[in-house]
Amino acid sequence: MTLALIPLLPLVGAFIPCLFRNRNLNAASAGVIAGFSLVLLLLQTPAVFTGDMPLYSRDWIPALGLTFAFRVSGFGFLFALLVLGIGLLIVLYARYYIAREDPMGRFYTYLLFFMGSMLGIVLSENLLLLMVFWELTSISSFLLIGFWRHRADARQGAFMALVITGGGGFAMLAGFLLLGHITGSFELTAVLAAKEAVHAHPLYPVTLILILVGAFTKSAQFPFQFWLPHAMAAPTPVSAFLHSATMVKAGVFLLALMVPVLGGSALWFSIVTTTGLITLAFAAYMAMFKDDLKGLLAYSTVSHLGLITLLLGLGTPLAVFAAVFHIFNHAAFKAGLFMLAGIIDHETGTRDIQRLSGLKKAMPVTAVLTLIGCGAMAGVPLFNGFLSKEMFLAETLAPGLTGAWSWILPVGAVLAAVFAVAYSIRMLLGVFWGKPAEDLPGSPHEPPLGMTLSPAFLMAVCVLVGIFPAFFAGPLINAGAGAILGPDMPAYHLAVWHGFNMALVLSIIALAGGVVFYRQRHRLFDIHVWCSQYLDGKTLFESLVSRLMQAGDRAVRLLQNGSLQRYLFLLISATLLLGVLPFAGSRSPFLGPVAVTPLDPVTLVMGLILIIGAVATVRTHRNRILSIIMLSTVGLVVSLAFTRFSAPDLALTQISVEVVTIILLMMALHLLPTTTPEESSKARKRRDSILAVLAGGGAAALAMAILTRPYDTISDFFLAESVPGGGGTNVVNVILVDFRGFDTLGEITVLAIAGLIIYALLHKFERKAPETDDLGLAWTRDRFPLILAYITRPLLPLALLFSAYIFLRGHSDPGGGFIAGLITATVLTLQYIASGIVWTRPRLNFDNHIIMALGLILALGTGLTSWALNYPFLTSTYEYVTLPLIGKFEIASAMAFDLGVFLVVVGSVMLMLVKLGSINSADARTVSLSAHLDETRGNETMEKESH
Amino acid sequence: MEWLVSACFGVMIACGVYLVLRARTFPVILGLTLISYAINLFLFLTGRLHTNLPDIISENQTRYADPLPQALVLTAIVIGFAMIAFVVVLSLRALGELETDHVDGKQEKPPHD
Amino acid sequence: MINHLIVGPLLLPLLMGTLIVLNANHPVARHRILGLSSCLAILVMTGILLFQSAGGPIQTYAIGDWPTPFGIVMVLDRLSAMMLFITALLAFLCLAYAARGTDRQGKNFHALFQFQLMGINGAFLTGDLFNLFVFFEIMLLSSYGLVLHGGGGRRTRAGMHYVILNLVGSSIFLLGVGILYGLLGTLNMADLAVRMSQAPAENAALLQAAGLILFAVFALKAALLPLCFWLPDAYGFTSAPVAALFAVMTKVGVYVILRVYCLIFSDFAGVGAGLLNTWLLPAALITLAAGAAGVAGSRDLGRITAWLVIVSVGTLLAVIGTFQREAIAAAIVYLPHTTLMTAGMFLVADLIQRQRPDAGSGLVPDRPVGQPTLLGLLFLTAAVAIAGLPPLSGFFAKVMMLMMVKDSAGAPWIWGMVLGGGLITLTALGRAGSVIFWKLLPGNGPKTTPEKVRDPVPVYGLADLFPAAALLAISPLLVLFGSMITEFAFAAADHVINPVHYIEAVLGPDRSLPLLLSSGGE
Repeated sequence: MTLALIPLLPLVGAFIPCLFRNRNLNAASAGVIAGFSLVLLLLQTPAVFTGDMPLYSRDWIPALGLTFAFRVSGFGFLFALLVLGIGLLIVLYARYYIAREDPMGRFYTYLLFFMGSMLGIVLSENLLLLMVFWELTSISSFLLIGFWRHRADARQGAFMALVITGGGGFAMLAGFLLLGHITGSFELTAVLAAKEAVHAHPLYPVTLILILVGAFTKSAQFPFQFWLPHAMAAPTPVSAFLHSATMVKAGVFLLALMVPVLGGSALWFSIVTTTGLITLAFAAYMAMFKDDLKGLLAYSTVSHLGLITLLLGLGTPLAVFAAVFHIFNHAAFKAGLFMLAGIIDHETGTRDIQRLSGLKKAMPVTAVLTLIGCGAMAGVPLFNGFLSKEMFLAETLAPGLTGAWSWILPVGAVLAAVFAVAYSIRMLLGVFWGKPAEDLPGSPHEPPLGMTLSPAFLMAVCVLVGIFPAFFAGPLINAGAGAILGPDMPAYHLAVWHGFNMALVLSIIALAGGVVFYRQRHRLFDIHVWCSQYLDGKTLFESLVSRLMQAGDRAVRLLQNGSLQRYLFLLISATLLLGVLPFAGSRSPFLGPVAVTPLDPVTLVMGLILIIGAVATVRTHRNRILSIIMLSTVGLVVSLAFTRFSAPDLALTQISVEVVTIILLMMALHLLPTTTPEESSKARKRRDSILAVLAGGGAAALAMAILTRPYDTISDFFLAESVPGGGGTNVVNVILVDFRGFDTLGEITVLAIAGLIIYALLHKFERKAPETDDLGLAWTRDRFPLILAYITRPLLPLALLFSAYIFLRGHSDPGGGFIAGLITATVLTLQYIASGIVWTRPRLNFDNHIIMALGLILALGTGLTSWALNYPFLTSTYEYVTLPLIGKFEIASAMAFDLGVFLVVVGSVMLMLVKLGSINSADARTVSLSAHLDETRGNETMEKESH
Repeated sequence: MEWLVSACFGVMIACGVYLVLRARTFPVILGLTLISYAINLFLFLTGRLHTNLPDIISENQTRYADPLPQALVLTAIVIGFAMIAFVVVLSLRALGELETDHVDGKQEKPPHD
Repeated sequence: MINHLIVGPLLLPLLMGTLIVLNANHPVARHRILGLSSCLAILVMTGILLFQSAGGPIQTYAIGDWPTPFGIVMVLDRLSAMMLFITALLAFLCLAYAARGTDRQGKNFHALFQFQLMGINGAFLTGDLFNLFVFFEIMLLSSYGLVLHGGGGRRTRAGMHYVILNLVGSSIFLLGVGILYGLLGTLNMADLAVRMSQAPAENAALLQAAGLILFAVFALKAALLPLCFWLPDAYGFTSAPVAALFAVMTKVGVYVILRVYCLIFSDFAGVGAGLLNTWLLPAALITLAAGAAGVAGSRDLGRITAWLVIVSVGTLLAVIGTFQREAIAAAIVYLPHTTLMTAGMFLVADLIQRQRPDAGSGLVPDRPVGQPTLLGLLFLTAAVAIAGLPPLSGFFAKVMMLMMVKDSAGAPWIWGMVLGGGLITLTALGRAGSVIFWKLLPGNGPKTTPEKVRDPVPVYGLADLFPAAALLAISPLLVLFGSMITEFAFAAADHVINPVHYIEAVLGPDRSLPLLLSSGGE
């Protein structure tokens, strides 16, 4: 468990520094948490140094092969030590660096968050778990780079880092999944042992490349190097910690980790070595020309990462050993140098080498420390950088290399080394030597002790390791490299003096060449100027992103153009296509075996009327009133068709619905324009009519195909059960209220909802109907023809009686609650039409909401009663009772249900029609109000404009 | 007979589709109404065509029309009605909000006052 | 013993909705109490149902006590139970958010909300194709009301498009149902499956046509290309809690596709066998691409989220499109995550937009939001979860999907599209976050406090933040209980992919026998 705690402590405790206002407490709390994990880590030292590997493993999501497992290999130990050790120094340093007005609590929170994630990467035993922490570092680095959110470069830098490292992470995830697929496990121990299987697998190249992309993006290897220099917008402690010592090393950490399983192939060698070499040389070259201290150090970092990558690409035991050693050394001197750069910036107010000069008088300590750092960076003997660089140079000369490699590598390496020496000298001399600079923003002086402490410590390490490598670094590096190389650990000799050999010659050449380059740098600057503009990936990246955004934008505008006509066309044609497709391949006859029934003249005439009516509706649709009339004939014929083909209930329903629908349309038309303008182009009309004809043809064919095919249906059950089971002779009605009563319940719910929405839509919604029709003729003033009024009023009770009759007979003969409801609603509406709202409303004064709701509750309640008898919902029962005079008749629970239907229909239809009728404010009030109405209309339009 | 009803169905669908594709709310509503009429007819047809076989159980009748489609059509008619009623009102509301009855709210002329 | 609880998620919202209608003229406060208590009760019910179904067999409930396939039957298997639970959870939180004022912007909001729930739950529960149509209509009609709630030009126009498209869709649905009944003579889905497996070859083309026509409708509901363009406006312009609730509406489409094409048109379904096996995957991948394009192209957080809904539908259906047990299990794990997180993002976008009076949720610099830390944290959580970054549910769901489709033919495509889409999402959300929270108007440093802002913006209390926070808090929970959830998903996938379980539960073993034979015996 202690293993798991090492990364978890900082992660979980991350929020703690946020809790304090006091800056010392912020720092202290962060320090304590980091310190705790460091202690926990050091507890593992004996085990690690004796070469075994503590493990902690718990199941998490077995189905994914994801375990909550940690390991402390020597290599992981080395990294964890760097993370926590340097982390603590950074915590101390940042306490003095972060300005008073910046939110220090948040800074330490992010820092701990990162620390935990990074520890997670280096200590994970499970690849998926490693992936989790990997992406967490991307997120934390995003937050830290953007810490000074008000600065544009910070925002851009953070965004770029997020996208590139995050994207790389996605690639690596794919790679890991493939690796797990090949090896059958995500446990590192298992994966690392499966070298043969992996190399033999056809997916090996893909896997390798995906994983490399992940590693290269993280370690800013060519061509992804450009995000790192822009990450320098972060506060210097962050640059020192994440972007030189630890996070950017996650990539090379992963490479080293993967050497045993993925390494050792020609593909690995060529890709990794080439990338490393290019990065090494290119970045070193760039570093020479950076005037910004942090920029210089950033490119130097990239270059050194390239060096490590190159070593891992070579993959020989000694190369790996050198890589591990250099990881350690570079972390030490580069973190220190960043802190020093931060100090210079902090005290003088600038990081520009051009402006800085001659600081050694004012800042002697800083100068000495920088001297050590630069020495190590340049690879000068007696500093730790020299040792690992020497090994590196030796490796580039290794006999194993054949062909072009045998000279390209050494040349490239030396060249890079020369550049390194040059930029190291430039940093040192440019800043500290020469005549003291005037006109600096700040007056140069030594920083507070707390700020110097951290770099001083690191520089001490550099010197000590540089002089007594075997003693100070030996065991650690040994354990680290040993964890990777296992049995084939090379015989190495850690010492300052290896005797006079080729590597030493190269080192000397590098040092000498560096000095020369530094002296001749002005010439180089001239060359550099013209090519520099091509060398920053940022511009490329940003143009790529904005192109992506624009492309998306264009695509969207093109497709999603907000035209309903387009969407409908797509929907209908898609349906048509899908409907036709299956017939493409089928050879079976389209029409079925069933013979068609003979045609009788009456039906023929009806059919023709319907067709004419339908076509006429289209022809006349611009003259809206006319088209409504045409439409109504269609509806009429349809209901006739229902009677013709023995469906009386349908006929009744259809006709009554028809009536109400037409009334609705008429009412709407009273407010809508009465004509449709000519808009669609010829082409559009042709297109639409073609689709329409195709759809119609398809539909007709479909109907024909079905009508001529036999089928056996479940309906026989309904016919058989209607009387005994449902207690009604009208099978259709019994189905509605009993067999499929649930549908009916849903259907009346729909009606009720429609009522509610219409009410909601028309709430506080008034429009004045145009005073005149489109021909400019005024509507007649007397809205309510007397005759109609006087006919309809006595009609009301009769009609109600009739609908009651329709309702009661429903269960055994055509009729039922639904039709009765519609009739009632229609008649009531007739009152409104005939006598107007002003007259009718007070006389028919009931709240339709209530009626509707009561209907629903009645229907629902009927259904629920069956629960009492422990039957499922809506189980029906009926009883025959004999009353004097009336005789034997039936009471079925279904009738209560049907009554509910009746009420809902009446309520909702009334709700719609009355509300609709009262929109037209001119009808509801006297004309004298119309002026006021115009005014309100005016306000409405103003509101609309404000939309 | 089957040919005729199928033809009627097809024609209604065709007209409905054409109207639905118009640019103004009112023809679209007409189209929707036509289509829903047509679909009701189709659902009814899936019970096949029967003459004088009403689904009223009685001793002197042995064969009956398929009652199930009729029940479905009844439900469909009602739901269709609710939808049409709603979309009619919606078109009015849209006219109020957008000052035009174009389905995409395109202003072909400034709001008349 | 009959388990009446199964119809609870249908009847309770109906009852409560009706009660709210009865109280139509009372102050909205009463509606809120009724609505919220109803949602809470449904949450409990569905929780119990989920627990029951997790261990137990498929349960059925014969409405009206009529024998199958003649009566209407409700079917509760693991998948439907999960969908019910997610819906209840989402509904409760959305309503809690709406109760902060959205519900005052128009009439009858709470009643409609309840009916909406009834419709959605019905679609998940019903085992009858026509009854499914009825519930679709309930669901759609109430959704029309909710989309239009509050009014306004853009909203009304978008709503009208949504309405008219779906009205045509409903007609198409009936067309499909009609064909199936006209040839197979039944409406019960299990019975349809059985009869389909025995249907004669000369009906093959017609039956397949019916299946594909129905697919067009479901694709419209699920917002599959080319039928998804109504969504961004409808979701983008409606009120936030409604948009959030609708995150589950597209999933209804997905659910029905899964249900119908793994049952009626399953691999054992004779002439209708494996109808979508060749269709779904490509369509879904194109949808995913279109969604990603929309995400990349949008300049407003609300619209980005609307497009993210399309991305998630594309992802889901792409994975389902392989029609393999493991893949479906992965989809079942991804579904709750994506539904709840997109919903959460809708709410977060609204919270942000209300504190940025000038820019709203648009991606242009504005004065800082009133509560940068809180909103920033919420946004970060939502973004990380949606972009599929660890440590939140998105990452694990993505990993599982990639892992489970790896043996299917389309694997490379799915991997590429899902990861690529993830990268685009990451880019878009990363930029959105940095613009909204970091790129402040010149003159406003990072330390501007709400008091300094010109006109006061609302300062959120716990009740305002709770719904969004709660939604997002589910993500880590999904991760924590990962093993439990994956196990459940596999069990649920078993029920879905093998129709025999479903048919046996509905029709009894003897009726499902022929299918067993045709499937070569399980």
